[in-house]
Amino acid sequence: MDGLARPDIEALLGTAEDYVALSRQVEKKAATLRGRTQINLFFEPSTRTQSSFEIAGKRLGADVMNMSVSSSSVKKGETLLDTAATLNAMRPDIIVVRHHAAGAVNLLARKVDCSVVNAGDGAHEHPTQALLDALTIRRAKGRIEGLVVAICGDILHSRVARSNIICLAALGAVVRLVGPSSLLPAGIERFGVEVYHNMQAGLAGADIVMMLRLQRERMNGSFLPSVREYFRYFGLDRDKLAFAKPDALVMHPGPMNRGVEIASDVADGAQSLIREQVEMGVAVRMAVLEALAGHLPNG
Amino acid sequence: MILLVNARLVDPVAGRETSGGLLVAQGAIADVGPHLAAGAGPEGAAVIDCRGQVVAPGLVDLQAFIGEPGAEHRETLSSASRGAAAGGITTLVCRPDTDPVIDDPAIVDFVLRRARAASAVRIHPCAALTKGLAGREMTEIGLLKEAGAVAFGDAHRSVMNAQVMRRAMVYARDRDAVVSHFTQDANLAAEGSMNEGEFASRLGLPSIPKVAETIMLERDLALARITGVRYHAALISCAQSVETIRRAKDEGLAVTCGVSVNHLTLNEGDVGDYRTFLKLSPPLRSEEDRQALVAGLAEGVIDAIVSDHDPQDVETKRQPFAEAADGAIGLETMLAAALRLVHSEEISLPRLLHALSAGPAAAYRLPEAALRRGAAADLIIFDPEEPWVVDPSLLASPCKNTPFDEAKLQGRVLGTLVGGEIVHAVAGALPGL
Repeated sequence: MDGLARPDIEALLGTAEDYVALSRQVEKKAATLRGRTQINLFFEPSTRTQSSFEIAGKRLGADVMNMSVSSSSVKKGETLLDTAATLNAMRPDIIVVRHHAAGAVNLLARKVDCSVVNAGDGAHEHPTQALLDALTIRRAKGRIEGLVVAICGDILHSRVARSNIICLAALGAVVRLVGPSSLLPAGIERFGVEVYHNMQAGLAGADIVMMLRLQRERMNGSFLPSVREYFRYFGLDRDKLAFAKPDALVMHPGPMNRGVEIASDVADGAQSLIREQVEMGVAVRMAVLEALAGHLPNG
Repeated sequence: MILLVNARLVDPVAGRETSGGLLVAQGAIADVGPHLAAGAGPEGAAVIDCRGQVVAPGLVDLQAFIGEPGAEHRETLSSASRGAAAGGITTLVCRPDTDPVIDDPAIVDFVLRRARAASAVRIHPCAALTKGLAGREMTEIGLLKEAGAVAFGDAHRSVMNAQVMRRAMVYARDRDAVVSHFTQDANLAAEGSMNEGEFASRLGLPSIPKVAETIMLERDLALARITGVRYHAALISCAQSVETIRRAKDEGLAVTCGVSVNHLTLNEGDVGDYRTFLKLSPPLRSEEDRQALVAGLAEGVIDAIVSDHDPQDVETKRQPFAEAADGAIGLETMLAAALRLVHSEEISLPRLLHALSAGPAAAYRLPEAALRRGAAADLIIFDPEEPWVVDPSLLASPCKNTPFDEAKLQGRVLGTLVGGEIVHAVAGALPGL
């Protein structure tokens, strides 16, 4: 998201709106990427992001190939750049990349001739997630400017949080971060956000409550004492949600840990936007792929 | 005999510069001073007209990785020697983390014998402080020192066990050996790859806090206080460490410290878009830290500037940032990069040269680096102003991981002498050279 200005973001969201409509029709196909090859290159497994990009590419008419590298070449000692060079020689038009290391997508993009979409790199960025969150909020609230958005949980390890901070700030929202200090990155106060260490203060007056996934390996002892202590202070249940505005809406990038960062009744409740987020994901990814279509080789 | 005339003589020990000449005979400085005007030397001396360029003691670099034995694809004694000579370094201390580790007198002997055959500059090994760099058992400090090791440390690793460190220090004190320690708490540093702070957080990189360095430095100084060891903090990187060293020196502890030229001239912002050539250990810190290091250098709190030369091949650097190897090459760019501080008027030329020669020599108790009669004729002639652009393909190291890739630098070594022999000369730069 870093480097995208407000008009760029709004243009993408505008295109995505059209694709929401298209995706709700019986005939869901467009011809924007007909004849094009899209490779989804995932160095760490992510069922939902990968399938979302796959559907987005197919609805635009591209030939989509999924490649999970964690299970193949890397184990044979092939480096990231070798993999990139190999795929590049197959002349794809778009490569969608997910990698466990920050900056890896960036590095790969410099070594291939085609367009590259970042589908999440380490704790750095996950731009299409931020765009789909923005679209979801805009459709639910009619605007983003001036809304108070509280992003809660493991900010330290979250690429979703970083991209959302950039995106939402660019669109004029007030961004709050809520979490234990052991899960907040250093220098966070210089990100142009408000920082809270308890849910009551952090959610007071919030329009949107965005929960983050807590990775299992961080739950026991290293960053936090235990799951039950985390849920006690930072898990979103009805009582904590009551601190936010009465019409506040709840979001989660998925997959959820029910009973860890979010209670089931909240996740499935009337204030939840979580299923809309998934639908918007396809539309936003179609918009991103379309934006790249104008810049593809032989385009 | 070689007579250098029309020289700008900068003596870092005396802290002054004069115009004059310098006579080299039998590997040593036979005479020096303003009275050696053009052509006033003895019969038969080869005259080099320095044309007003600086003549100073050769540089002494306390920290460089040379891949002999075990990593010859990264650097050999021969290539390191060529790079050092071109960079004005006449004495080079090599790191113990070779394969096998320099933790046995036979390996010290091997390195010194290979260096005699392959190197034109003086090479001294720093031996491991603990066997296998494992941080558990001290090495044969006495025998290693007799074999020729000039200092003891575990390269870019800290001895985490304070009991092991205390015993090694007190033992080293008895053997009158210098302990040169890398100060970074391994648990606090963990898997970090960049300075902790806003930059690392924005890039989403795991980070290394400054306290990882200061906590280890404070521990070491507490142990140095009770053991009385001659202690050298090999690579400090932040403002708080400068303060800590200053207090220790004021207290009268036998303490010295070094800083890499990279940390004096670059900061965390230079990492930019995940540039792995800027991935160093310790990591580049903030601009405030850099300025504090420069201030500490100007005041004399910092004794030594090192290249921390660390050649890495393409495979280990062309990786995602967190997975790439640490380190940068620096033999040939150390002087020119450090001269940035003179050109920006942050430090005087004599003070800078002190930290590049006399300071490090004193820290490891090597022969004094001074322009005085009787001293070894380890000398450099350099033009502090000459602009050049760093072209990695022209550097001697087989590895090209320079953080100054295509940087514009000012200051070029025209000639290097070791023991009175010319080991590097830029063709046609000076009459007689």
